[in-house]
Amino acid sequence: MMNHSSCCQHPDITHGMWLDIDAVIAENRNTPGALITVMRKCQNIVGYLPAALLDYIARGLNIPGSKVFGVATFYSYFSLTPKGRNTIKVCMGTACYVKGIKESIDRISAKYSVKEGKTSEDKRFSLEAVRCLGACGLAPVMVVNADIHGSISADKVIDILDKYS
Amino acid sequence: MDKPRTQLMLCGGTGCHSTGMSAFKETLQQALEKENLSREIRIVETGCNGFCAVGPVMLVQPEGIFYQKLRPEDVPELIREHFLKGRPVKRLFYTEPASKESIPDMNSIPFFAHQQFRVMRNKGLIDPEVIDEYIARDGYFGLAKALQDMTPQQIIEEVKVSGLRGRGGAGFPTGLKWDFAHKSPGDVKYVLCNADEGDPGAFMDRSVLEADPHAVLEGMIIAAKAINSHQGYIYCRSEYPLAIKRLEIAIRQAREYGLLGMNILDTGFDFEIDIYQGAGAFVCGEETALMRSIEGRRGMPRPRPPFPARKGLWDKPTILNNVETLANIPQIMLNGGKWYAGVGTETSKGTKVFALSGNVNNIGLVEVPMGTPLRTIIYDIGGGIPERKKFKAVQLGGPSGGCIPESLLDTPVDYEAIAKVGAIMGSGGVIVMNENTCMVDMARFFMDFIQDESCGKCTPCREGTRRLLQILEKICNGNGEPKDLEDLVELSDVIKNSALCGLGQTAPNPVLSTLRYFRDEYVAHIVEKRCPAKRCVSLLRFEVDPDLCKKCGLCFQVCPAHAISWEKKQIAVIDKEKCIQCLSCYAGCRFDAIL
Repeated sequence: MMNHSSCCQHPDITHGMWLDIDAVIAENRNTPGALITVMRKCQNIVGYLPAALLDYIARGLNIPGSKVFGVATFYSYFSLTPKGRNTIKVCMGTACYVKGIKESIDRISAKYSVKEGKTSEDKRFSLEAVRCLGACGLAPVMVVNADIHGSISADKVIDILDKYS
Repeated sequence: MDKPRTQLMLCGGTGCHSTGMSAFKETLQQALEKENLSREIRIVETGCNGFCAVGPVMLVQPEGIFYQKLRPEDVPELIREHFLKGRPVKRLFYTEPASKESIPDMNSIPFFAHQQFRVMRNKGLIDPEVIDEYIARDGYFGLAKALQDMTPQQIIEEVKVSGLRGRGGAGFPTGLKWDFAHKSPGDVKYVLCNADEGDPGAFMDRSVLEADPHAVLEGMIIAAKAINSHQGYIYCRSEYPLAIKRLEIAIRQAREYGLLGMNILDTGFDFEIDIYQGAGAFVCGEETALMRSIEGRRGMPRPRPPFPARKGLWDKPTILNNVETLANIPQIMLNGGKWYAGVGTETSKGTKVFALSGNVNNIGLVEVPMGTPLRTIIYDIGGGIPERKKFKAVQLGGPSGGCIPESLLDTPVDYEAIAKVGAIMGSGGVIVMNENTCMVDMARFFMDFIQDESCGKCTPCREGTRRLLQILEKICNGNGEPKDLEDLVELSDVIKNSALCGLGQTAPNPVLSTLRYFRDEYVAHIVEKRCPAKRCVSLLRFEVDPDLCKKCGLCFQVCPAHAISWEKKQIAVIDKEKCIQCLSCYAGCRFDAIL
């Protein structure tokens, strides 16, 4: 059994997190094809997947590190960089686009100095353009953390986002 | 338990959840308890009702009265007037936009009246988290018949007779697919359900999973019996948390009832289903890519043959069916293939669920018989285009589909007829676009999506779609040349003929269909350096036309950058130094006076 304290240290991963990560790896070690499941659970624990953690998962599951890195960069769910305190997901589905979500995105970018796919310098917001959320009845749609906001407009977004600090 | 006199079927779909259903439900629950009505009147949280545009919605049974846009403030009036005195609250009825008529009865609302429910027959009528309610609506009867009275060959024959074709997009005959897998040698076989609904503008699979998860499970178990498989996986997007939760509950309940697991219904047949969460890659909707993803690898397609029916997941014979396809199976078993084929066209049988959205009045899910004209879907069910705008195009089939103009709206929905006009049936997203949509910009939007989601394995798709995007961006930025149009067509042909998988082969469709029907818009961008729909920022002048300006000041009011100066009875002036080019004034002006 691997022991995290002897092999890796990371400023963003606490002792408790390492224990949870070990449990996830131990549970899935013998399941074929469990890599994506393990990575999802580990990202839920830490918030993102730092390189040291990818290495750790690779050794834990006995998979080459290159393969783990390949999978991590292939799927949009995985993030290799830390996220802001609040994550804004703007839906880039066709219905939202036709109804003018681009204007809202431009306004968010300008107001909070955060580019699409990036995190603002003060770590307040991460802005992600995501694939269709399937809530086209509410288009244009924005999800902040777990809150869904429908029928947004360039004017409304700032009022909504100002409430998240 | 006392039998309640009234049941309140409250929609618990994602749409209604986000428009405040939870707050309404809580207030209603408390009020019913306070009035001592909670034994007589029961609240049932159902799956998606389909009419997302007017959520949160509630159906009062057995009267069939439909309430819309409910707020917690409406609760006292509903209780006092309707539930105590029996006088339904008229102001919460649906109002027909054209005639301004209030319609209390759900089945009389045009949105519902033109539909025929098969896949969605239980939506809004059962609690998806209670298996007994599904069984009460003939649920698992089809499974019992298939397992107890039919051989695998008979099951496959019945599906073949039904004429059911894959609802995920390509339209491959389901019975034939099962037959191939049935005949493939091997002890280990897999049944997969594709719930990685990724097409922008398609949300029918999510709604089926949320409203009627047992129908999908039942379809999978019947498929397993047909090909003699003992393990199934549902590959679901992680963006659909509610669907995953309901599936987990449904699987647990089915196991408890002996409908899943070992020795199902005492017939000696074993089958297990697990849920596999996707990690966000559009290409994983492609069958071979999806199988790679379940194996824990990068979701990249591989050349076929060998087809998955021979070598699929872990190189074992595998069938992959879409959510909607599987949800059709139980009724085909119960009522027979002939019954199923009773509606539809020559080549496309049964019904199809469409997700209607965009610039249309009634947004939501629509289930109609195959062969229904697009015009019926958009105008009779969808209620037409809002704000007196003009219809421009309807986009069918997502990024692999195409845009269909007004002149072809009488095209019936049928796999072949749709393909003939340059789009595809796809998973069934129908996005209506009004005159403010720029078709060159739409082609650019889809190409941006595709080049981002291309897995990068084959060169035509990886490099070709990127190059198409560059040309389209050049045109949108006002730097287009006449030769670009030829290049677009030539490059599109190469990609279509040489890409590895369905994603690449259909990627040029949005470009080709817009070029076919809206060539004049491309020409306006390239030759006149003008965007007729006023969406392409680089081609706009941000000036007020003094002849058209009615001096109303609306643009002045909406400008967030205070870049417009205006006084009463004066023509507005835009200060280009301050202007942030946000297009608010274009949207605000009612006289088309900003150039």
